[in-house]
Amino acid sequence: MTTLAERSDVERGGRSRRSGRARSDRTAVYLLLLPSLLPILVLSVFPLLRGIYLGFTDARAGRNVEVNFTGLENYRQLLGDELFWNSFKIGLLWAFGVTALQFVLALGLALLLNQQLRFRGVARVLSVVPWAMPPVVVGILWKLVYHPDAGLLNEFLYRIGADGLRANWLGDFSTALPAVIIVGVWAGMPQTTVVLLAGLQGVGRELHEAAAVDGASAWHRFRHVTLPALAPVIVAITSLDFIWNFNSFGLVYVLTAGGPGGKTMLPMLFAYEEAFRYGNYGYAAALGNAMVVIIVALLAIYLRRRMREAN
Amino acid sequence: MFGKPSRTGRAFQYLALAGYLIFLGFPLVWLLSTAFKPPRELVQLHPTLIPSNPTLQNFVQAFTEQELGRAALNSLQVSLASAVLTVLVAMPASYALARFRSKLGTVALGWVLLSQLFPFVLLIIPIFLVLRQVGLANTHAGLVLIYVVWALPFALWMLQGFVRNIPRELEEAASVDGATRTQVLRRVVFPLLAPGLVATALFSFISAWNEFFFALVLIKTPELATLPVALARFVGIEGTARLGPLAAGSLLATLPSLIFFAFMQRRLSSGSLAGAVKG
Repeated sequence: MTTLAERSDVERGGRSRRSGRARSDRTAVYLLLLPSLLPILVLSVFPLLRGIYLGFTDARAGRNVEVNFTGLENYRQLLGDELFWNSFKIGLLWAFGVTALQFVLALGLALLLNQQLRFRGVARVLSVVPWAMPPVVVGILWKLVYHPDAGLLNEFLYRIGADGLRANWLGDFSTALPAVIIVGVWAGMPQTTVVLLAGLQGVGRELHEAAAVDGASAWHRFRHVTLPALAPVIVAITSLDFIWNFNSFGLVYVLTAGGPGGKTMLPMLFAYEEAFRYGNYGYAAALGNAMVVIIVALLAIYLRRRMREAN
Repeated sequence: MFGKPSRTGRAFQYLALAGYLIFLGFPLVWLLSTAFKPPRELVQLHPTLIPSNPTLQNFVQAFTEQELGRAALNSLQVSLASAVLTVLVAMPASYALARFRSKLGTVALGWVLLSQLFPFVLLIIPIFLVLRQVGLANTHAGLVLIYVVWALPFALWMLQGFVRNIPRELEEAASVDGATRTQVLRRVVFPLLAPGLVATALFSFISAWNEFFFALVLIKTPELATLPVALARFVGIEGTARLGPLAAGSLLATLPSLIFFAFMQRRLSSGSLAGAVKG
């Protein structure tokens, strides 16, 4: 927002003298913005509003199908839909699990990368690679790692003599969700690490040195110097991570397609199936609406608590 | 930064770093290894980390039999078109956003954040219906359109940051020297904006190249499928029966983004603007 103020001061000087110029400027601005705004309006804002509206109708797939406004009927149905609640619970477990682990691991890695360690370069490169991979490829990659017969994980367990721990990681009811969460962490960690590392590099060196001179231990310096300075970055990236994770689709679609027995059926997968397998557009849109409301509510609670802590 | 850690502290740090390297690196090594293994080694009871007889057979198979080659061409086409279009459309708007105060700008930037919140299901059904109405539902053109719109908010945000980094004084100096507005834009702004344009194009290219959901829903003809969709279909059909070609195809699907990431990092860190204005 400071940049907004900066921008205006040049215009302010000339406004009274050259109001004609200012007007032509405004026309120019709209002309410059138009090629971007038009497509966004037509293919993003309009569909979104329409999508929200669809959530209150009984729209179904197929041409020339009558669409009726049904009010809250979809949501009444949602409340009683056990499959939805199940999927919703899994979605929360997934989103919280992935976001929390992502954050803790990324913070650890960022702290390490911020030190003068050998192999730091390798770690830096490696930590970016998953980011550059298409989610579908990440899914395939981990399918290979989790493969029951030819997989890296089972072979590793065999080699270290823990043969009893071998499992069909993605096919077993008890291991499927944790296995998928690990993949989510692996895929999303790089971005979080890069953001946190950038934040760490902005933490004042002087403060650290002053604290060190005063005899603060490494842990104390981390707790009372680094963390507070990093707090805004942490809040921003964990919020974004949570949204992205809750809305993620491709990774789990490839890994398990929601199986086994719906154990990894994230809300997005559930909505996709409703819409494009069963053709229940209205119901799927209602699901989407419910997800937005829930995400916004959770974020509001989180942000408010963080704000209060900061004050 | 944390002063001199003790010897055990250092050892612990290296241990942690090793843990990270294993967690991040080994899955990648496994993909590489699987892609170069001949069929016989893939079905071994106890597979090895390094293939004993590495082969390129999987790559050949992936791109001849499985139509991944065509899918890769489709992806390339769609991604390039998206990148070029995004830059062309975003360039004027980002200049306007950065240089003129306008409520529209704030609204547009607000939309960037807001649009992140909404799950794709809400968007995809109406988009699908709109595209079907204008006959673009099962076409690359429709997909490109969606990718451009989808990349635009972030592209605008990114590019207007680049514009803002070009010191206003440079533009003013040029117009004091008698340059017209167009000349200022062409001779001063455009060259300095080049890294930003490259970055924006790369961002748009990568997001189109990696995108899966829209392509899955909008493209029904198998011949038009993009690489992620074709790969996902391959997993579905062949299951895990033919790991070699699957790994090879996946590896090749990753290459463009990897190359672009490396390229982008170098370009972005050039810092060519640092000395343009005295602090």
